[in-house]
Amino acid sequence: MGASTIQPPTILAPTILPLAIEGLFYAVAGRTLIESLSVEIAAGSRTVILGPNGAGKSLCLRLAHGLIVPTAGTVTWKGPGAAQAKLRQAMVFQRPVLLRRSAAANISYALAVRGVPQAARPGRVEEALTRAGLAGLSDRPARMMSGGEQQKLALARAWALNPEVLFLDEPTASLDPAAVRAVESMIQAIHEGGTKIVMTTHDLGQAKRLADEVLFLHNGHLIERAPAEQFFDCPSTEQAAAFLRGEILA
Amino acid sequence: MNEFGDAFYTALMMIVSANPDLMEIVGLSLRVSFSAVLIAAVLGMPLGAALAVFAFPGRRAVVVAINALMGLPPVVVGLTVYLMLSRGGPLGVLGLLFTPSAMIVAQVILVMPIIAALTRQTVEDLWFEYREQLVSLGVTPRRAVWTMLWDGRITLLTAFLAGFGRASAEVGAVIIVGGNIDHLTRVMTTAIALETSKGDLALALALGFVLLAVSFAVNAAAQILRDMVVRAQG
Repeated sequence: MGASTIQPPTILAPTILPLAIEGLFYAVAGRTLIESLSVEIAAGSRTVILGPNGAGKSLCLRLAHGLIVPTAGTVTWKGPGAAQAKLRQAMVFQRPVLLRRSAAANISYALAVRGVPQAARPGRVEEALTRAGLAGLSDRPARMMSGGEQQKLALARAWALNPEVLFLDEPTASLDPAAVRAVESMIQAIHEGGTKIVMTTHDLGQAKRLADEVLFLHNGHLIERAPAEQFFDCPSTEQAAAFLRGEILA
Repeated sequence: MNEFGDAFYTALMMIVSANPDLMEIVGLSLRVSFSAVLIAAVLGMPLGAALAVFAFPGRRAVVVAINALMGLPPVVVGLTVYLMLSRGGPLGVLGLLFTPSAMIVAQVILVMPIIAALTRQTVEDLWFEYREQLVSLGVTPRRAVWTMLWDGRITLLTAFLAGFGRASAEVGAVIIVGGNIDHLTRVMTTAIALETSKGDLALALALGFVLLAVSFAVNAAAQILRDMVVRAQG
């Protein structure tokens, strides 16, 4: 489980990490949803953004991934490969967005977008489907798969891109326990392949299972950042302690 | 009410006996309207999808304009195309006036705004769902337009049908630029107008029934196609 044993992925390209987030604000219609967030995210460990619903976890992830533009502050990839940052990340959403075509076509579409040559795509599609346990479903229309299969396919699609950083937004929030287990073990395998995992969850059990380090968010503020063990054993803030006790935070 | 019964009987007989005059008129109607809708779709669908995906200054104004053009009066379009194509007009040298080509041109102008506007609406809804995922993958707006059109294909069939309905039912534009010339530019709607003015109401009504039957058949075929696609691809 130790992050130190993890090798970086596809050593071909220079790293884009670390990711520096500085003085981030995000406001909509006068309401500040993320407030003066500063954090540096390094390679290796699995970073879990934890917090109650409405804490700003998803926004935080979208800002980091560049899907939305901050009201103030900066998001900067600081590694030597930063110029390629856009192509070295992927994201999986809470509700998988799959194209209206077959499972295999969903993956090869993503590969085409990322410039993978046509001849190389079928092999990588097959590999991705196999890793997700979907090998028998390659011709199945993606929209006709079960919720768990759809999320596994979304994860397989992201995995096929060999991202250096994978963002996951509550990837198991609406899945049944068997699918949760499958998705979590895929995330673990992706991590072991050397991809940096940054994910949000409001599920304490999941955070305990997957986190190497925890960023605890509440009301748009970063309350606490700590190695997972330390966070769960002796949180240094009252809010985190209350959250861990299962209380509803004001 | 006997006229309806007679007309229905006449229509049925003409269809069953495959009356050659009728077949010629129906054939031309289908050829003109299908060609017009195909051309309008080739132009209007990418335009509508681009309006949904691309953000640029003045986008809202273009959307309003295209929505407004859905209500273009066919006679005005017919008159404009007539002026363009008439011998003294800017495109007179093409010699297209009073040919099926002129009718197609007029119908393209009538139908394209409908297809573009309905496509924009469909794609805008779809884009709302897809945007973050496609941006995350690194899809360019250009590629997104084609992706949206392909993924919206089932819903977009409705836009195509709405365009076909408009084209096959209108009379004002085709009668002006086509001239309703027997065996050359006579289509169902212009034939109905002519038979009515000649007083042959039964024949006019019979043609009306045929027009309705054609429209029904086209829509039924589209529905079957849609069901097949849905069953196969979700």
